[in-house]
Amino acid sequence: MVKSAVFDQFGGSPDYVTSEPLRNAVNVAIALKRPLLIRGEPGTGKTLLAHSIAHGLGKKIIVWNIKSTTKAQEGLYVYDTVQRLNDSRFGDKDISDIKQYIKLGKLGQAFASPEQVVLLIDEIDKADLEFPNDLLNELDEMSFYIPETEETISAVHRPIVVITSNAEKELPDAFLRRCIFHYIEFPDPELMEEIVRVHYPDIENNLLREALKTFYALRQIDDFRKKPSTSELIDWIQALIVGGVSIDRIFTEIPFTGTLLKKETDYDFFMNRKHPGKRIGAYKMP
Amino acid sequence: MFTDFFYTLRKRKVPVSITEWMTLMEALSQGCISNLDEFYHLARAILVKSETYYDQYDVAFGEYFKGIETPAEITEQVLEWLKDPTNRMVLTAEERALFESMDFDELLRELEKRLKEQTEQHDGGGYWIGRGGTSPFGHSGYHPAGIRIGGESGGRHAIQIARERRFRDYRSDLTLDVRQIKVGLRGLRQLSRIGPEDELDLDRTIDATSRNAGEIELVWTRSRKNAAKVLLLMDVGGSMEPFARLCSRLFSAAHSSTHFKDFQYFYFHNCIYDSLYQDALLYQAVSTNHLLRILEPDYKVILVGDARMATSELTEKYGAIDFYERNEIPGIVWLKRIAQHFTHGVWLNPEELYYWNHPTVLMIAKLFPMFPLTIDGLGQAVKRLTVNK
Repeated sequence: MVKSAVFDQFGGSPDYVTSEPLRNAVNVAIALKRPLLIRGEPGTGKTLLAHSIAHGLGKKIIVWNIKSTTKAQEGLYVYDTVQRLNDSRFGDKDISDIKQYIKLGKLGQAFASPEQVVLLIDEIDKADLEFPNDLLNELDEMSFYIPETEETISAVHRPIVVITSNAEKELPDAFLRRCIFHYIEFPDPELMEEIVRVHYPDIENNLLREALKTFYALRQIDDFRKKPSTSELIDWIQALIVGGVSIDRIFTEIPFTGTLLKKETDYDFFMNRKHPGKRIGAYKMP
Repeated sequence: MFTDFFYTLRKRKVPVSITEWMTLMEALSQGCISNLDEFYHLARAILVKSETYYDQYDVAFGEYFKGIETPAEITEQVLEWLKDPTNRMVLTAEERALFESMDFDELLRELEKRLKEQTEQHDGGGYWIGRGGTSPFGHSGYHPAGIRIGGESGGRHAIQIARERRFRDYRSDLTLDVRQIKVGLRGLRQLSRIGPEDELDLDRTIDATSRNAGEIELVWTRSRKNAAKVLLLMDVGGSMEPFARLCSRLFSAAHSSTHFKDFQYFYFHNCIYDSLYQDALLYQAVSTNHLLRILEPDYKVILVGDARMATSELTEKYGAIDFYERNEIPGIVWLKRIAQHFTHGVWLNPEELYYWNHPTVLMIAKLFPMFPLTIDGLGQAVKRLTVNK
């Protein structure tokens, strides 16, 4: 079977390293025009993926950051009633024209855009449990109706929808059925090396090797509340480079531990050992 | 096409629906894949919606596509393994002869068997799957006909990936970490309008403005917040020692869940008598009667314990395992009082289900609906705590 040309659209972008299964999932989502739901440990680059897709395909990106108070309706449009009520007192505006009080939300903007865009719905699980269900129909049909103006906004080009979730809440089944799902696994040392090299192309081999060795050994320790992740590693390597730490000190002393361990309890747990390096040396490398 | 695969997945308890199956068919008809490896990832992306089911998916995939493995592929896999210089280094002529002694199918069957038996990471040694050592399974080992698991990747086939079962740790019926417990506890909510008035009540604003002859009059209302109050009672020490870590995770999840209106916790040893304790070392006692007086019946009570003890500890006067308790009232009566005082209560039991067939466990399960301390069990318990009886 030969793959159709439509399918192989996304191949990563220069500043974002992807695994093959992830690229496939992205391409399936684009080909089938379904939302792509991305889950994974914090710091594995869920949000960056959408930016990479936009960059790789040369499309504009619209980001909708979800907060605990976000309601589905806000993504479609907001009807500024208070402004209209206020304007009605002065009579200098035509308040019978409701249109000027309708402001499109992020989803609405993505639909109304004259060209195809990438829509990132970031951290969908932050919102209320019912939030994803409220968007089902809109994401399915890519259109919605504004009763106030008797208008229907429908997508000119179906946006490429990327949704990220931290698994803080269970997402409703009906919503999940419509998505393509991918779980970003924690990168293995080889992929990680590639990722680090994207950020620091000139990094010394020895430094990188020692840093990765230490990092993966730290991740082996199960007693941490939050294990260090990719973004912490990147920061830490930056610190190592800037700090000019000698290579043989990296594994034995673990300088700048604070950039890797963010929780106070983890930091205390780790620093309360006399020889941090010896401690992690007890854990074998993967 | 592959309809049996659909049923194999369902048999393995992967929640796949017709909608998703049709999506997969649509993808296949668009020519999205060119080999089995890609099919593995494609089908997983479309059919499986949570990493907790990846493992079951792997099992089902391995089961259904077992026959697809051609002998050619198998030799290729083994040859590839042999090509690795670190392996060739240790292979002597005799060992090469040994390599003939075990055929791949036999090896795979054995691997599956050991995968089932093995529960933790392993390095060295001669039997378990792990690193180093002389077992045929794992990587960087010295068995001539071994199967590499993990280690250097490259050119692995879908079946092998499926067989690796890397996602075993994500299964929801096995493990629980703090975050997962928090997710479970989030379900525990009871929304009501409390707190400051910070939400615009549009209807009443319009109404008030009209009455005010068009002069704007904003009316605010309280937003809906979680009013659930939680009381956590945990068994510590003795037979609960093996579960100490699991319980501490439950505790830290509940404690850091900021969405409860109130969270109270106390400890006990084996059974509840006249006193509960504010610390796990059981020093600071609080009278159980006092708590029943000050805590309103609408606290959701979560008891955690193995509920296993000598029958006398539960049913008899002075039955408490700790002599200083000198309980005048048997533990079962105290438990009954708690069950009657609070409208909602559940018991979470960290023990495996087959240990539950024990007189005291059965007695306690009659007072409090009992659930296993797993993600699924916690989910059911939370549901039980939120429904009105």
